[in-house]
Amino acid sequence: MPFKSIRQALNEALAQEMRSDPRVVVIGEDVAGGAGTEGQRDAYGGVLGVTKGLIGEFGEARVIDTPITESAIMGAAAGAAVTGLRPVAELMFCDFLGVCFDQILNQAAKFRYMFGGKAKTPLVIRTMIGAGRSAAAQHSQSLYHIFTSVPGLKCVVPSNAYDAKGLLIQAIRDDDPVIFCEHKLMYDLRAEVPDEPYTIPFGEANIVRDGDDVTVVALSRMVHYADEAADALAKDGIECDLIDPRTTSPLDEDTILESVERTGRLVVVDEATPRCSIATDVAALVADKAFAALKSPVRRVTAPHTPVPFAPSLEKLYIPSPERIAAAVREVYEYRG
Amino acid sequence: MQLSREELLKAYRDMATIRRFEERVQEEFSKGGIPGFVHLYAGEEAAAVGVCSHLRPQDYIASTHRGHGHSIAKGCDPSLMMQELFAKRTGLCGGKGGSMHIADLDRGMLGANGIVGGGPPLVVGAALTAKTLGRNTVAVSFTGDGGSNQGTTFEAMNMAVVLKLPAIFMFENNQYGEGTAYEYAVGSRDIAGRAAGFGLPAVKVSGDDFFAVHEAAREAVERARSGGGPSAIEVDTCRFYGHHSGDAQLYRGKDEVRRLRDERDCLKHFRRRVGEARLLEATALDRVENEVTALIDHAVEIARAAPPPDPDVLLHDVYVSY
Repeated sequence: MPFKSIRQALNEALAQEMRSDPRVVVIGEDVAGGAGTEGQRDAYGGVLGVTKGLIGEFGEARVIDTPITESAIMGAAAGAAVTGLRPVAELMFCDFLGVCFDQILNQAAKFRYMFGGKAKTPLVIRTMIGAGRSAAAQHSQSLYHIFTSVPGLKCVVPSNAYDAKGLLIQAIRDDDPVIFCEHKLMYDLRAEVPDEPYTIPFGEANIVRDGDDVTVVALSRMVHYADEAADALAKDGIECDLIDPRTTSPLDEDTILESVERTGRLVVVDEATPRCSIATDVAALVADKAFAALKSPVRRVTAPHTPVPFAPSLEKLYIPSPERIAAAVREVYEYRG
Repeated sequence: MQLSREELLKAYRDMATIRRFEERVQEEFSKGGIPGFVHLYAGEEAAAVGVCSHLRPQDYIASTHRGHGHSIAKGCDPSLMMQELFAKRTGLCGGKGGSMHIADLDRGMLGANGIVGGGPPLVVGAALTAKTLGRNTVAVSFTGDGGSNQGTTFEAMNMAVVLKLPAIFMFENNQYGEGTAYEYAVGSRDIAGRAAGFGLPAVKVSGDDFFAVHEAAREAVERARSGGGPSAIEVDTCRFYGHHSGDAQLYRGKDEVRRLRDERDCLKHFRRRVGEARLLEATALDRVENEVTALIDHAVEIARAAPPPDPDVLLHDVYVSY
C-alpha cells in the first residue's frame, strides 16, 4: 500500500468525491488562489496546499475562491447545503470561528430540528487546529470542544493519514453538518493509504495500542505524543491501552468504558484548554458510568487555562508533552488510595 | 407590465391573507393560545407579495423573525402555519420551530430567522446552488432596516457580487429596529445607497404601493434569472403593530399607528388603484376578503383542536443519521 501524507490523503479524498458527485464543491479563501491577479491561478491551493490542483480538474465553478469573509462563506455553505449542494467549506484557522459562529451554531446546526426534521444539511467545514508554530493566540487554538458541545454538529479530529482520508470521505457523504479538524503540524505525517475511496464510520474509536494497565484517551496530535509516552512506559513494564476516539461527536463511549472497566485507570490527553473540554467530558463520562471500576483518580493532561503564547519556549510549556503524559500515567498506575 | 385580472386577484388575496392572519395571531396571542413571541407583519404586505408574485416554487427565500408574511407570499399553507404557531404536532415544523423559525423547504421557504441578519448569507448559498447546478432559479433575502446594519448582510452582498449570483437583497425599511429609529441606526440613512456601494443595482420604492414593489422586483428577478447577477431593493414601509406582540411601543406617538393605517395602508392603496383604473370591482375584492377571513377562522379552529407534539420527538431530528 502506498505511503501518503495527511495533505495528500485529504486532497485525494476531495478529488475522488468531487469526481463521483457533481454536487460536491470546495469553497473558501485561497482554496485555489490567484483569482484576479496577473500571476498564476491555483497560486495557493489552500494556505497549506490541501486543495492544490483541484481547480485544474474541476474548474472555478466547483473550486470557489471567496473574499476574506467567513460569515458569508459559512452562511453560503449552509444555505447551499440545505438547497442541494454538498459543500466542503474551509475555515482556514478554527480561531476564525469567532467571526462566523452564528452561521454554524444557529443556522446549519439547527435547521433539521427547527424545521421539524425536513432539512438535510450535508455540509463539511474543514478547519485547522493546533499550537506549535508560534502562530500565537489567534491562530493556534484547538476548539473542537466548542463544536462538540453543539447539538446538530458532528466533529472529526483525525490523527493520521489513513483515518484522514476515510473520515473526510465519510464526512462528505454524511447528511449532517460535520466539522473536520486538521492539525496544522501533521500535514506531512505519512501512513499507508489505499488509492481507492473508503469510509471510516463516525463514532468508532481506533485502539492504537493494547495494554491492561492504564487507559489513555488522546486526540489528534496528542495521539502521537501519548504513543511516544507509552513506548517509554512499556520499557518499565507499564502497558497503556491507547484509544483515539477519531470523532468527538459522536463519541465512542463504549470503547472508552470497556477499556476503563479492564484497566481501572484513565488518563485523557487533550491539546485544548481544560475547562468544558473533551478531556473533562471523557473524565465525567467515566466518573458517571465506570466509577466502580476506577482504582485511582482520573488525570487530565491538557493545555493550561490560558491563551496560546507566542514565544517558542512558552508554547512548548503550553502543549502537553510526552513527558507530562508519562508522568500522569505513572501517577495513576502507582496510586494506592 | 400590465397584470391580468387573475394576477391582481391573487396579489390581493395574498396580501389580505397576510393581513387577516396577523390580525388573528394578535387576537389569539393576547388570549394566550400561542406560546413564545410573535412579530407581526401587518402593514408591510405589499413588500412580500410584490416580490414573491414573481417567484416560482423552486425559487428560494430567506426571511426574518417577522416572517409570516413572507411565508404566506411564498406559498406556505396558512393553516399549517397557524398550527405551528400554536405549537402543535401537525404544524409546519411539527411544533419545534414556532413563529421565529417557521420554514417550508418544499415551498422554497428557507425559514424565518431568529437571528437578525441571519438570512442573507443563506440566500447567497441558495443562489450558489442554483448557479453551480445550472438551475434557473433565484434566491431572495428579506431583511429589515435593523438587519441591514449587520455585517453578515454586508458580507453576503459583497460575495453575491463577486460570484455574480442570482440573489436579490430585499430590504424592508419599516422605520424601526425594535424600539430604535432607522434614522438613528442607519448611519447613511440610505439603505439602497449603501447596497449600491457593494456594486449592486439598487433602488428604493414605496411599500405603500404594491405596483411599485412589483415593478422593481420584476427587474431584479429578470436580471438574476438571466445571469445578470444580484440586485437590492429598499422598500419604504411601516408596521401596524409593535416590534413584537405585546410591545408597549413607547417609542412612537399615540396617533402614529392610526395615521399609518389611514394614510399608508398598502391594501387600501391597492383597492384605490385598481378601482380608479377599473381593473377590479369592489365586490370582487370584498369577496376575496370574506373568503380569506373564513379561511383564517377555520385555520384557528383547526390549530386550537390539534394535538401537541409527542414527548418522544424532543430527541428526534437532531441529526439525520441518528
